[in-house]
Amino acid sequence: MPYTSHADLGGRLGFGPVVQAAEGTVFHADWESRVLALTLAMGATGCWNIDMARAARETLPDYLDLSYYEIWLGGLERLLVAKGLVTAEELAAGHAPHPPQPFGRILMADQVPAKLAAGSDASRTPTTPARYRLGQRVVTRAAPVDHHTRLPTYLRGRTGLIDRIHGCHVFADSHAQGVGEDPQWLYTVVFEARELWGSEATPGHRVSFDAWQPYLEAV
Amino acid sequence: MAHEHEHSDHGDHTDHSELTEVERRVRALETVLTQKGYVDPAALDVLIDTYQTKIGPRNGARVVARAWVDPAYRDRLLRDATAAIAELGYTGRQGEHMIALQNAAGRHNIVVCTLCSCYPWPVLGLPPVWYKSAPYRSRVVRDPRGMLREFGVTLPAETEIRVWDSNAEVRYLVIPERPAGTDDLDEAALSALVTRDSMIGTGLARTPTES
Repeated sequence: MPYTSHADLGGRLGFGPVVQAAEGTVFHADWESRVLALTLAMGATGCWNIDMARAARETLPDYLDLSYYEIWLGGLERLLVAKGLVTAEELAAGHAPHPPQPFGRILMADQVPAKLAAGSDASRTPTTPARYRLGQRVVTRAAPVDHHTRLPTYLRGRTGLIDRIHGCHVFADSHAQGVGEDPQWLYTVVFEARELWGSEATPGHRVSFDAWQPYLEAV
Repeated sequence: MAHEHEHSDHGDHTDHSELTEVERRVRALETVLTQKGYVDPAALDVLIDTYQTKIGPRNGARVVARAWVDPAYRDRLLRDATAAIAELGYTGRQGEHMIALQNAAGRHNIVVCTLCSCYPWPVLGLPPVWYKSAPYRSRVVRDPRGMLREFGVTLPAETEIRVWDSNAEVRYLVIPERPAGTDDLDEAALSALVTRDSMIGTGLARTPTES
């Protein structure tokens, strides 16, 4: 079955007005906070990486009908079952008769502050020089791919300029597929709005995104 | 089962017979993961408390206020935001690779993640619902002026607008312009003028008379 992301929303029309919210409300129900914590705690076990988690969420068939923490819940349930850590029957019953599977490391309460403060550095030491230089014109890959990617559809096949060079970072496309970190040079590429939206673009509007080197070709 | 959460803010205070479907699923999930020994229930409480009471947009407001009063700090922030933000004690998850974007007369920056909800947690906390929502993610890259108008912000026609789609692991913090008439305010008073939205770029810092 082809890989389909339902999360690739940039430039799409018809989603209506933004519903704003005052600063200060973090969760709208207790269950949302539990989903956040369960997701972070299971992520810390190392049973999957952040790109696999994004892939699990964005391919939920009913993604656009779900609230954000419902998406996180669905993604977490999927990953757990796919990795064999729990069964769908256990989730339905709310009870775990089967013994645990071998897994990475449990995140204990006293480890949480240090774990969050350390984060997860995505940068890696380069082994090759960067192919592109600041100010160089590049064009993004036009063809869709049949796996998780961080090249949004609205930016495919567009010409822009290399605006920043961030060093080498873990390549999300490879990482999500479980084929290793595959570090690649990461750039910020900036586009004139006219290149993206044609005559409806307003002057002085530019859009940029962060592109791993495999997304780009020299013009 | 979409949007059931809107009717279910009783959470743990509800008895089981009144649980919504999504609450039942979450409770089942937590029970299974705890019984398996995959999660430490006390760790879950620490995680929640961290993002409810310790890590939020007041962190970023302190960074901005420091940048307003201390030009040397501002220069460090613009050169290496990750290190400069760490000077104030804010580091880690979803802020490992920070870039500070300075708004100024004629130049306005706005941040989005069109693919999910990437957001600089150590300085802004967890993102608001609208930031994660389809309307914002779809439209801000295409019609930023229209989006700003929805947020009550009208910029001069000649102001250049740059929208940053933060789709990789680099995270962006907007440094809003310091409002006029704040010369005699100290750093703490200035930080109170720095709103969450002004650090995303969908708002401006408040003036002293607005706050």
